[in-house]
Amino acid sequence: MSELWIHPALIFLIGGALLPLIPQAARKSWLLLVPILAFARIVTMSPGTFGELHFGNWTLTFGRVDRLSQVFGYIMGLMAVIGTLYGLHVKRTAEHIAAWTYVAGSIGALYAGDFITLFLFWELMAIGSTFLIWFRGRDGSIAAGYRYLMVHMAGGVALLAGIMLTYRATGSLAFNALDVVHPTAGTWLITIGFLLNAAVPPLHAWLPDAYGEATFNGSVFMCAFTTKTAVYALLRGVPGFDILIPLGVIMALYGVVYAVLENDSRRLLAYHIISQVGYMVAGVGLSQLDTEFGRLAFNGACAHAFAHILYKGLLFMGCGTVLHQTGESKFTELGGLYKKMPWTFVLTLIGGLSISAFPLFSGFVSKSMIVQAGFDSKMLWVGFLLTLASAGTFLHTGLKVPYFIFFGKNNCKPQTWARASDPGWNMTAAMGVAAFLCIFIGCYTPYLYNKLPFPVEYHPYNTGHVMETLQILLFTALGFFLMLKKLTPEAKISLDLDILWRRGGPAFLWLAKKPIQAVDTFVGELYNVGGLLPLMRTSRLVGLFDQYVIDGVVDGFATGFRSFGGWLRGAQRGGLQQNLTAAFGLGAALLLAYLFIF
Amino acid sequence: MSLVRFIDFLRDRLGLVIKACLALLALLMVADIVRVLLSHGHEAAAETVGPDLASAPSHAEAAHGFWAHLYHIAETWPVFWSFFGFIACVIIVYISKWYGHLKIGRTEIMTRENFYNE
Repeated sequence: MSELWIHPALIFLIGGALLPLIPQAARKSWLLLVPILAFARIVTMSPGTFGELHFGNWTLTFGRVDRLSQVFGYIMGLMAVIGTLYGLHVKRTAEHIAAWTYVAGSIGALYAGDFITLFLFWELMAIGSTFLIWFRGRDGSIAAGYRYLMVHMAGGVALLAGIMLTYRATGSLAFNALDVVHPTAGTWLITIGFLLNAAVPPLHAWLPDAYGEATFNGSVFMCAFTTKTAVYALLRGVPGFDILIPLGVIMALYGVVYAVLENDSRRLLAYHIISQVGYMVAGVGLSQLDTEFGRLAFNGACAHAFAHILYKGLLFMGCGTVLHQTGESKFTELGGLYKKMPWTFVLTLIGGLSISAFPLFSGFVSKSMIVQAGFDSKMLWVGFLLTLASAGTFLHTGLKVPYFIFFGKNNCKPQTWARASDPGWNMTAAMGVAAFLCIFIGCYTPYLYNKLPFPVEYHPYNTGHVMETLQILLFTALGFFLMLKKLTPEAKISLDLDILWRRGGPAFLWLAKKPIQAVDTFVGELYNVGGLLPLMRTSRLVGLFDQYVIDGVVDGFATGFRSFGGWLRGAQRGGLQQNLTAAFGLGAALLLAYLFIF
Repeated sequence: MSLVRFIDFLRDRLGLVIKACLALLALLMVADIVRVLLSHGHEAAAETVGPDLASAPSHAEAAHGFWAHLYHIAETWPVFWSFFGFIACVIIVYISKWYGHLKIGRTEIMTRENFYNE
């Protein structure tokens, strides 16, 4: 262990803890100082292994600094600065503390060298971000926060169980690439834990649910950290895991389909996170590091995460600004706002062009690396389907979002229209910085490419690639304007798999009432009719057996299901203690199962 | 507010803007045709010098299967990606709308806003 190695996550945690003590006059300076200090710390860290704690047989490593963790650390540190600047005027101290705790969790996970440290920061991230949903303070916010927390606790349990199994099998807790050619149960469970945070279908429904519900600046943080930390964890833990290729492609298309149907601008952006992270997940799947396309895919996943954090942050800031200034985020309540918020429009458009991978914007130099790797790998369908999804990206984020908020039919209520205006200096500045970086990355590729883990031999700007991209995008735009009527948003919501836990309570109650009661009755009938019973009645033992074992098991099962149904209803209403107890109980049960079975 | 005035200026001349955009699309297609013709000429020239230079592995393997066939078309036909972009857009919109009207239980996937609050 080195003499004094300051963890950047620690700067956020200490900065957050001291925030309530800072006098009002110095508050804004403090808010800017802490993330800038942390970012500076990240940039100046030299490669190596630091902050090791010995714990019996275990070694906890808090600071593994290498090229992979540095590229993610850099962009997350930068995004924390931008996100804090964006929410600088927010008065509630706790919101800033929650955001910083969340960032600390994310950065801690990035530099974790072992699974225990990773898990600790992973959970910190879930808890910090939950508060960003609760602070919205709407009717549905409390329940939405609990739903989010529950899902992440479940993911955490899978991760922990996987870690335990892997430790048992290998005797090592080091967080390095697992064997993905012969995956064990532990590898699967760890991957599932990562995939849940990366929002891979069918484990994705928490994302639009939560990001549409969070505060205007909470979503700006959330869109950057959770999924991209998961992408990092996948790159570190399971590069080249081939199941990730089809999953990533499905994700990329799945998000696009829901984005067509979506009416809430921030939920639309959330679905497009799923789509974009799909590229990265496919990239991780393609990352067979002994091949040239594998290294290209690995670099591409890092580069796309880097670019994505900036342009998605910018888009969430744009739509968050509309929400902040007008109180509305649905397309059917907005429209024609360019007259009132011209700069918000231009900056949002830059985000839209970046995510759509227009030449000279950031998505162009990052997304194409993954698509190219797909073609190079000879899995041509990957390349084509990802290209198809990128047409969808432009269709929605590049065209639908700006068009139906800033142009289109003016659906604004009079009070919405009266309230609308460009935001305060800090919000505009934060968007401006992000927009500048989106263009800078797109124009000056070495800025990004020199940070990537492997040397880059890829050149996005060649005539063929530029022509191909322009054709796809501009003809998608033609399709958009020809089908404008069909694309007009409707005041509806689209059901997704979160229905399983949002409307799951009644289903479980039915299950508890009907089939289990039927089994109970059936067993009783069997005894009465079977003729066996008169014989058995003579024995006191059998009586006991009947009383305690049969009834105990069947009724216990029924009671268990009833209480599970009740618990699910509780989850919908949101009873924190019950929910947490259940999550920890589940964890304990898995641990016990592990101890007894293995 | 000059930004608003600029947007209004364009909106007042919407017909002209649309024509300019369509001209841009046409120009793009012409440019792509020229590019592909030039590169084919280049390849032909290379073939006369020495066949090794022209035989990229992707061409050799583009022989069977739907995706391989599509890839071959994409490599050799000009304006392929224009059609790809347009058709992709139409497919995405129609499939999504079809999906949105699928029924699960008694309700369609696209449903009333207060579905979860009843």
